[in-house]
Amino acid sequence: MSDIIFDVQNVTFRYDELTALDDLSLSIKQNQRIAVLGANGSGKSTFLRLLDGLYFPDKGTVSAFDEPLTEESFQNEEYAFRFRRRVALVFQNPDVQLFNPTVFDEVAFGPLQLRWEKDEIRRRVTETLETLEIAHLKDRSPHRLSGGEKKRVALASVLILDPQVLLMDEPTAALDPKSRGQVVDFLINWGGTAKTVITATHDLDIIEDIADFCFVFQNGRVAGFGTPAQILNDQNLLESTNLIHAHRHAHANGKIHSHSHRHRFHDHDHDHE
Amino acid sequence: MNPVSNHKLKSTPTRKKRRGSFIERTLSTLIRKTERALFAEELARKEGFLQKLDPRVKIIGLLALILDATLARNFFTIIFIFAIAVLLAIVSHVPLRTLAVRTWLSVLTFTGTIALPVIFITPGDALFRLPLLGWTITAQGVTSALYLLLRVETTVTLSLLLVLCTLWTHVLKGLRVLGVPVVFVVILGMTYRYIFVMLETARNMFEARQSRLIGSLDARESRRIAAASIGVLLTKSFYLNTEVFMAMQSRGFRGEVYTLDDFMMRGRDWLALAAFLLLALAGFWFGRQDSLQSFVNLHF
Repeated sequence: MSDIIFDVQNVTFRYDELTALDDLSLSIKQNQRIAVLGANGSGKSTFLRLLDGLYFPDKGTVSAFDEPLTEESFQNEEYAFRFRRRVALVFQNPDVQLFNPTVFDEVAFGPLQLRWEKDEIRRRVTETLETLEIAHLKDRSPHRLSGGEKKRVALASVLILDPQVLLMDEPTAALDPKSRGQVVDFLINWGGTAKTVITATHDLDIIEDIADFCFVFQNGRVAGFGTPAQILNDQNLLESTNLIHAHRHAHANGKIHSHSHRHRFHDHDHDHE
Repeated sequence: MNPVSNHKLKSTPTRKKRRGSFIERTLSTLIRKTERALFAEELARKEGFLQKLDPRVKIIGLLALILDATLARNFFTIIFIFAIAVLLAIVSHVPLRTLAVRTWLSVLTFTGTIALPVIFITPGDALFRLPLLGWTITAQGVTSALYLLLRVETTVTLSLLLVLCTLWTHVLKGLRVLGVPVVFVVILGMTYRYIFVMLETARNMFEARQSRLIGSLDARESRRIAAASIGVLLTKSFYLNTEVFMAMQSRGFRGEVYTLDDFMMRGRDWLALAAFLLLALAGFWFGRQDSLQSFVNLHF
């Protein structure tokens, strides 16, 4: 097997009239930590769903683990089970991922579908809940949890499968600083160097921690790629893809200046003339 | 001009509790339903008679009684099955108040509305003529309306007992084990999930609207907003439900229902199944006799 896990070639995907991905081509290697950056509507979420075999391209091809990822492939139960075991997606909105009556049932859902031994499922659910420090929530209804707790349950519900590839859609969206920190810490530590993690985000503050390579999407195409340091230093690319914006503010002496702005708390050196 | 003033706002009385419009009350009711459904799962986890039975026994037994109540032409047989349903509710720790409010009263209102014209339009022996209107109530009409009401009350109570006293996943798995096609079970499961999603979306929309509302809107404006909101609600909940289905697929769901608990028939399950089937057979036998019609014919 080659070290390329996903090979996307000339993929176009449309929602009716709207083109979400436009002749997109890229490859992702095994054990890479990838950040897919882009403003809202740039095609990041659609891309992750294509990689997870939930959407299929209108044009072009997607291959996973050297096999074509098509609707026909998923008709084969053995292929579907093998793929679902290897690739897991954490949705942006945890509510759509939490549909069982209790947290314990939620985490057990995936292994049950893949027909694991029931004693093994019980053991692994307990272990996973303890790893994510949510064992105390096991009998609670997922709908009644806080945003951070929901996110961790959603993570637990896919991590129990010990996937080879983890797809994360906006993992830090709408989280308080503590929950955000917990998710980032998890992404840094999960699986050491033996896992592939693909994170779609527009949170530039976290990409140096969670990725060793980035793709920048704009209008369903790759507008740029490189290491996090290369991307973060490319002001033109970040501005043209709406990942940063020109920010104007006043200082105590009344001088107003503008500079590129990417997050709320930032350090910058500048002189007022 | 302040755009807010265009909306014909009325000042809200500070001391008087605001009841809200019909639409607002309906939405609040919908929201409360979500909580009730969650409460239902709590009931299913209680240690009651029905809760302890194998889901297959409950499905077969209660469906047999529902079939009996639907086919029975005997008033007393339906009452007997209804009494069994009430007894089952008591021994399964289902609060009768819950049943009365959630089922009996609702059925009485909705089915009663449907049944009301029947007492006038069914041809037969005149019992009473309404003054002024001159409409005649017939014995056969009253009989038909009573049958309809009783049947619906009984069958809905039995159905609700099944859902209240069984975890929803067990109901679905039980249906599959009993040979119900996977497509039907998936549709049923997604419909149930869809109701949750829709209520959750309705709750969020309702709260978002309430948070931006100062005072109260007039009836016309309320109706206009409600109509627009319903359209948005359906679109939103359809989208969310598709997302939920994809999240299920992503974790390996292919239509089959699996649970951690294995179904196992024990002594009490076989006994309960035998009792259910005996009752159903007896109900079917006695239900064939058209007793109320004879009773009505005899007395009127």
